[in-house]
Amino acid sequence: MATLTQPPATEEPTALGYVETRGLSKHFGDVRAVDGVDLCVMEGEFVVLLGPSGCGKTTLMRMIAGLEKPTAGEIYIAGERVDDDVPPRARGIAMVFQSYALYPHKTAFQNIAFPLEAAQVERSTLRRKVQWAAALFGLDRLLDRRPRQLSGGERQRVALARAVVRDPKVFLLDEPLSNLDAKLRAMARFELKQLQRQLGTTTIYVTHDQVEAMGLGDRIAVMDKGKIRQIGTPRDVYDNPADTFVATFLGSPPMNLVEQDEHTLVGFRPEHFLPREVFGEEPDLVTFRLRVREVEYLGSDRLAYGYLEEERRSDQPVIAAVPITITAPLAEGEVYEFAVRRRDLRFFDARTGLRKPAPR
Amino acid sequence: MAPGPQAQATLAPPAPAFARRTLADRESVLGTLMLAPALAYVILLVGVPFALAILLSFSSATAGSLDFTWAGLRNFAKLLGDPQFHRALGNTLRFMLVSQVLVMVLAVSAAHVLDAAFVGKRVVRSLLLLPWAAPVALASMAWVWIFDSTFSVVNWTLKVLGLLPGWLYWFGEPGLATVAIITVHVWRMFPFATVIVLAGMSVIPQDVREAAVVDGAGFFRRLFHVNLPMLLPVVTVAVVFGVVFTATDFSVVWLLTRGGPYNSTHVLATLAFQRGILGANLGEGAAVALFLLPVLLVAAVVMLRLARRAEVGT
Amino acid sequence: MSGRAAVRVAKRAALYTAAVAFTVFAVFPFYWMFLTAFKQNRDLYVGATNLQHVPWIFNDPPTLDHVRLLFFNTPYLVWVKNTALVGAAVVAITLVVAVPAGYSLARLAGRWGERLGIGIFLTYLVPPTLLFIPFARVISVLGLQNQLGALVLVYPTFTIPFCTWLMMGFFRAVPRDLEEQAMIDGYSRLAVIGKVVLPLAVPGMLTVVIFAFTLVLQEFVYALTFISQVERMTLSLGVPVALVRGDVFYWGSLMAACLITSLPIAVLYSSFIDRFIAGLTAGAVKG
Repeated sequence: MATLTQPPATEEPTALGYVETRGLSKHFGDVRAVDGVDLCVMEGEFVVLLGPSGCGKTTLMRMIAGLEKPTAGEIYIAGERVDDDVPPRARGIAMVFQSYALYPHKTAFQNIAFPLEAAQVERSTLRRKVQWAAALFGLDRLLDRRPRQLSGGERQRVALARAVVRDPKVFLLDEPLSNLDAKLRAMARFELKQLQRQLGTTTIYVTHDQVEAMGLGDRIAVMDKGKIRQIGTPRDVYDNPADTFVATFLGSPPMNLVEQDEHTLVGFRPEHFLPREVFGEEPDLVTFRLRVREVEYLGSDRLAYGYLEEERRSDQPVIAAVPITITAPLAEGEVYEFAVRRRDLRFFDARTGLRKPAPR
Repeated sequence: MAPGPQAQATLAPPAPAFARRTLADRESVLGTLMLAPALAYVILLVGVPFALAILLSFSSATAGSLDFTWAGLRNFAKLLGDPQFHRALGNTLRFMLVSQVLVMVLAVSAAHVLDAAFVGKRVVRSLLLLPWAAPVALASMAWVWIFDSTFSVVNWTLKVLGLLPGWLYWFGEPGLATVAIITVHVWRMFPFATVIVLAGMSVIPQDVREAAVVDGAGFFRRLFHVNLPMLLPVVTVAVVFGVVFTATDFSVVWLLTRGGPYNSTHVLATLAFQRGILGANLGEGAAVALFLLPVLLVAAVVMLRLARRAEVGT
Repeated sequence: MSGRAAVRVAKRAALYTAAVAFTVFAVFPFYWMFLTAFKQNRDLYVGATNLQHVPWIFNDPPTLDHVRLLFFNTPYLVWVKNTALVGAAVVAITLVVAVPAGYSLARLAGRWGERLGIGIFLTYLVPPTLLFIPFARVISVLGLQNQLGALVLVYPTFTIPFCTWLMMGFFRAVPRDLEEQAMIDGYSRLAVIGKVVLPLAVPGMLTVVIFAFTLVLQEFVYALTFISQVERMTLSLGVPVALVRGDVFYWGSLMAACLITSLPIAVLYSSFIDRFIAGLTAGAVKG
C-alpha cells in the first residue's frame, strides 16, 4: 500500500515541500501532543519550531525522524511518503539531540564515523569524510578522545560533525545549544547559521528560546498546545502576530494587550510605546496616559511598568521600553503622556484571540 | 490534497528511494522473539513442574515406577493425621518467625552501625557479607563442626567462662538442635538483610534526617518515628526474601540434623525430601512441599504490591 | 564540656564494639574453617572437655596434610571440574536467554512487558524445595539421573528469572537518546542492540555471569536429588555429602574444602553485591 501512495510530483510540482506533514497528530492517551499539524519546509530552508515546553514541538520532530509513530496524518520527505513504513535509519535525516547522545564507548572519530559505517562506506572514503567533518568544526586534534574527555562545547561540535558527515537530506536539531553556557551559545548560533548556509541542507530546529529562533530561522513556526499558531519569517511573526499567543510569546518584554472595547484587544510592542514628546509633530499617533509604578534600568533601555489611566478602564498593566537615548523623565508614581504610532497598533478578537483588521 | 488517487493511477511506480522496514526494525516482532526463549523456559521448566507438583500431590506416584494413580485427597488426609507432619509444619513457621525477628533486629542495628562513619568501615562491610555469599551447604558444614558433640568450641568457651555446668549435645537434643538451626539461619540471613536496609537508608533524604536531629529527637525517637517508617518498603523486601529463603530452606536443616534427633527438627522441605525422594513416595512428598505454597503466595502478593507502588511512583 | 566529650567517646566506643561484634559473628565460621584446615590432627581432636587445651589457636605448627589429602586422595578435583562444566553451561544458557529477554522487557514490550517482567521475577520466588519432587520425576523420565545434564537443564530455572530482571535494570539505564541516535545514524533496532546497547551493557552482563555462576555453586537440593554417584557430584554436594567415610568425618580436609571453595566465591560475590541488591529492591527503593 505504501508503494501506491507515490507523491503527485508530476501533477503538482509546487504543492509539495521538501519536508511536509499533513494533518499530523500524535495522541498519548487523552493528551493531544501534536494535533493536526500541516508543516511545509522548502528545500534548503531553515525552519525553527518555537514554543513553550509541552507544546508538541519535540514530538513533531520525533515523528518526522521516525522515532514516534503518528496517530494520524502523513509525512513526506523529498517528495516521498515516509510515515508508514520507512524506519528512521532510511529517512536520510541526521539529528542532534539536546543531550548530544554521543556514544560513550567510542572516540570522537568513531562517533563521527558511525553513520558512515552504517552506510558501508569504503574505509578510505570514510577516513576522508570524517576528517572533512572534523575540520569543519575544528575537531582535528580531538579525534582520539572519548566523549567524557571533551568539554560541553566540544561534545556539541562532535554531535554536529556526526550529523553532517553523511550528507543528510534533512537536519533535525533538538535544542542543540541549550546545554552550552551563554557565551558559547551566541558563537555557536552564528557558526550553525553559517554552516547551514554553506551546506544548504534543509534544517528543522526545535527550541523554546525566541532569540535563537529569531536569529536562526528563515521561517519560524510558533507552536502551542500541539498546533502551529503561525508560521512566517522572524520579522513577520514578530511584527504581525496571528493571535494573542504569538503576540505575547515572542518579544521580551511581550506585546502589551489592552482592551479597546468588549470585542477588541489592541496590542503594541513596549519599544513602540514611548513618551509623547519623542514623536514631535508626527501625525497619526494614539496617545495614552501612563501611571508609572516602577522603573527598571537595564543598561540599554529603561522599562517602565505601569497602568493606563483611561476613562473606561484604569487597571490595565502595560510596559514601556524606553531606549536610554531618550532622556525624558520617568518617576515612579507620576503620570505621563505616552504615544504609539497608529500603524504600530495590532488588533485582536477579544474572544478568539485571532488577529483582525484595524477598525476604520 | 491527498496524493492517494493520483498515485494509484500511475502504472509502474518508480522504485522507492527509501528503504522499507525489515524484520530488524519491527519492535513488536523483535520484542516477542527476544522474550520468547525466556518465557518458554520459565513456562516449561517452572510452570509445568509446578503444575506437576500439584498433580503429584493428588496421586500415589512412586519414584520407582512411572505409573500415575489418582489418590484424591488421600495424601493430604494422611498428613493431617500425622504428628511428624504437624511437627514439621510447626518447625517451619517457628524457625522462620524466630530467625526473621532476630535477623531484622540485627540487620537494622548493623545497618545503623555501617551507616555511621568509622575507620575500617569498608572492611567490616565486606566481611559482613561473607556468610551470605558462601555456599550454604559448605557453611552449614562448618557449623556442624562448630557444634560437634565432642569437639564443640562453643562448649569449650562456655566451660572456660564458667557458664556451662554440664555438657551441651547440640544435635542430640531437640531444643538445642532448634537453637543451632536458628543460629545458622540468622548468621546466614542477617548480612543480606543488613545490605538491603542499608540501601534503603541511603535513600532517606539527608535533610529529613538532619531535621530530626536538629529538632532534638533522640536516637530511639528518630529510629521509630523517622527512620523505620521511611525504611518500611525496603524492610519489607528484606523480610519477604528472608521469609522465602528460610521457609523453603532445605540445606541447613538437612546438613545439621537430617531432621533429627527423633525427627524433631524436620521442616516441610526436609520431610518432603525424606518421604518423596528417600521414601520414594513422590505423591506424599509433593503434598508436604505444597504446604509451602501459602507462604510463597503471601510473599508474591507483597512483592506485587510493592512493585505496583513503585510503578505509580511513591 | 568534658561531660559531652565523655559521651562522645562512649558513643564511638559503642559503635566500634558493635562493629567488632557483628564482624566476629559473621567471620567466626570462616576462621574456624581456616584453623581446622591447617591444624594437625592431634591439635584438632583433643575434645572440648580439656579446658587446658585452647582450641582457638594453633597449639602445634600448622600443616598442609589435610589440603594434600583433599587434593590427591579425594574426588575434590573431579567436583571442581564438574562444577566448572555445569557452571559454564548454565552461565551460557542464562546469557543467551536472559540478555535478550531483559532488553525486550526494558525497551520493546511496553506496558504489557512490565507486567511480564514482574511475573518472570516472581518465579524466582518459587523455590527448588517446591519443585524438586516433580523434577525428580521429569529427570527420571528423561533418563538424566546421575548426569550433569540434569543440573544444566534445571539450574537455569532460577538463574534466568533473576538475571532477566537484572538485565532489564541495566538496559533501562542505557540512555534512550543513544539508541534513537543510532537508529537515525542508519541502524536497525537489531543492529543498535548489537553495536550500541550491548557494548554499554558489558558490566551488566559481567554481573549476570558472576551471579549465575555463584547461584550454581550455592545450589544443593537439586544436586542431592538428581545425583548420587560420587564422580558426578558438584562441589556443594560432594563436599558435605561425600567427604564422609562411613561415620568418620575428615574434618581437616572437609574444612579445607569449605574454605577453598567458599572464599573465592564470597569475595567475588561481595564485590558485586550492590548490583544484586539494586536488582532486588528495584521498586521499593527509588534511587
